[in-house]
Amino acid sequence: MLVARRSLCLLRYMIVLAILFAGLMLQSGRIDAADKEPIKVGVLHSLSGTMSISEVAVKDATLMAIDEINAKGGLLGRRIVPIVEDGASDWPTFAEKAKKLILRDKVAVVFGCWTSASRKAVLPVFEKYDHLLFYPVQYEGLEASKNIIYTGAAPNQQIMPAVSWLLKQGYKKFYLLGSDYVFPRTANLIIKKQLKAEGGTVVGEEYTPLGHTEYSTVISKIKAARPDVIFNTLNGDSNVAFFKQLRAAGITAKDIPVMSVSIAEHELIGIGAENAEGHLAAWNYFMSMKTPENEVFVKNYKARYGQDRVTDDPIEAGYFGVYLWAEAVKKAGTTDVKKVREALRGIKFKAPEGWVTIDPTNNHTWKIVQIGRIRKDGQFDIIWSSGKPVKPEPFPPLVSKKKVIAPGKIVNR
Amino acid sequence: MSAEIILSQVFNGLSLSSILLLIGLGLSITFGIMGVINFAHGEFLMIGAYTAYILQKVFVGQDGGTYFLFSLPLAFLVAGGIGFLLEKSLIRFLYGRPYESILATWGLSLILQQMARNIFGANNVEVTAPEWLRGGITLMEGLRLPYNRLFIMAIALLSVAGMYIYLYRSTGGRRMRAVMQNRDMSACMGIKTRSVDSLTFSIGCGLAGIAGSAVSLLGSIGPSTGQNYIIDAFMVVVLGGVGNLAGTIAGAVMIGIASPLFEFITTSSMGKVIVFALVIVFLQWKPSGLFALKTRSLD
Repeated sequence: MLVARRSLCLLRYMIVLAILFAGLMLQSGRIDAADKEPIKVGVLHSLSGTMSISEVAVKDATLMAIDEINAKGGLLGRRIVPIVEDGASDWPTFAEKAKKLILRDKVAVVFGCWTSASRKAVLPVFEKYDHLLFYPVQYEGLEASKNIIYTGAAPNQQIMPAVSWLLKQGYKKFYLLGSDYVFPRTANLIIKKQLKAEGGTVVGEEYTPLGHTEYSTVISKIKAARPDVIFNTLNGDSNVAFFKQLRAAGITAKDIPVMSVSIAEHELIGIGAENAEGHLAAWNYFMSMKTPENEVFVKNYKARYGQDRVTDDPIEAGYFGVYLWAEAVKKAGTTDVKKVREALRGIKFKAPEGWVTIDPTNNHTWKIVQIGRIRKDGQFDIIWSSGKPVKPEPFPPLVSKKKVIAPGKIVNR
Repeated sequence: MSAEIILSQVFNGLSLSSILLLIGLGLSITFGIMGVINFAHGEFLMIGAYTAYILQKVFVGQDGGTYFLFSLPLAFLVAGGIGFLLEKSLIRFLYGRPYESILATWGLSLILQQMARNIFGANNVEVTAPEWLRGGITLMEGLRLPYNRLFIMAIALLSVAGMYIYLYRSTGGRRMRAVMQNRDMSACMGIKTRSVDSLTFSIGCGLAGIAGSAVSLLGSIGPSTGQNYIIDAFMVVVLGGVGNLAGTIAGAVMIGIASPLFEFITTSSMGKVIVFALVIVFLQWKPSGLFALKTRSLD
């Protein structure tokens, strides 16, 4: 009897405890709901090595966009937490870090890469795990993965309009000068076909090794060839030597203008704007654009990273990419990669350069195209604009028989 | 090919020769006298270039650009001074051990590059040529000699003249040549070979410094600037024959004239390949270069 009562007592005691415990569990569950698990996103750029000069600034813009979204209450009521990885200017490292972000950190999306070589290195990783990368730099085209959103220009949004514009201005004889690797050679292939089709001629084509600094002979060749315009796809420090020596040789923008596609505000700091004054560049975005979105963007970027910093095309693309993704997440109501990718088709955002839209079939971005003339202060006077966003064509009909019919689906024309 | 193109290519060749000469000069004497293969030579060039950059930062716009003239001796002193310290702390343990010296100086070159990256940042910086070095003389239509290249030629000539006077007309230079020809015998005759060594190395580095501040007129400068020039410098020294002025001059002029020529008739990449191939072929025929010095020594 006594024993039975005692055990009953113990039973009551345990029930009370269990109820209390359950209540606690419930309570903690409620706390979790109020402070939901953050959304992890990957940021993959070279923070060391030769490419860090360019890529660090893009990473900074991406982080700024993430912080702006968090300051406005986050995404789906959740905070975005960036996980930054260093690709170290080394292509296998890029692939390794991409794998780490996807498998170990389980990020919802990755923003990153600059060189085509690094993009080509991570591409199989993103395709294997069926994930999502936002790539912010103009490139040579001839690619359209369903796992990559290309927010930089396709060839028909930078190189080809620049050539057409030059021809319209009466520049018929082109001298093609580039660094000796895949982007300039592919770009010049497109340009040569375009000139043939639109009535221009190539009077010289020259490739110099990356890091080449002695341009006097190239300049002699240019003088001998007497072109109307030089189309420049040099990359990196060679630009500095080329522009300095061109000027010292007495060739100014009035004599033979140089049209460049790899020189933006950021690069002009190193070249010395006065060496390149009057020459031309084609981009989708210039820091000197007068849209209200751009004024806020430039102001915030400088306030955050220093008044001497400049913004430019890839920096802006690294910034609005985050917003495009955020819009798609809102539309999908989830961060699930497949659903977000579906939601991204046709998504719009008012970026500093104006409206940008993801093309529903080829994952590239509709962007405005502009041509700028370099000023003494390292900024551009915008002298031509397409006025409205141009449809991206990653496979220009001039050089390719392929076309994209749906994300990742490429068929022969 | 028209006359002005030929003339401007000859000028380009001489201009390149003068740059190669400035860089090769220092390398040749350290290589020749001390038997140390100095892979960090390019980094002393980089140090000289940054010296010009710092001087520009301090004095820009103050005196109409005469500061650039001072950057040359200053670059000599800074690069030479750093070279002196490194000789005392590292290089002197490597004498007579060419293989270790390659590895050690290559490591040193990486350390110096990283130090420059930490101090000045990874971004390249620019030395703006002062007003009086911009522009050029127009000799005829299409032939213009830029002042900065003429200036570099003048510096190269002055450096060679200075080295000649030092080596052949001074007591220090006589000692240096003596050590170069026979180290043991010189030591027996009472020459302090150790101090000759450290002086030689410092002068060699100082000359690289002058080269650095000169080439800052042509391109941008960054932590890896030296790497762009070091291979050409070795080529000049190997072709010309180690350790003598005449050889270095001949090597520099030959490569300097040949490179733009082949570059003009082929392409930039191909031009370089042809020059390298010709140097290799030449060395099969004359393994010790154009002017072999040590023909009578037994080592």
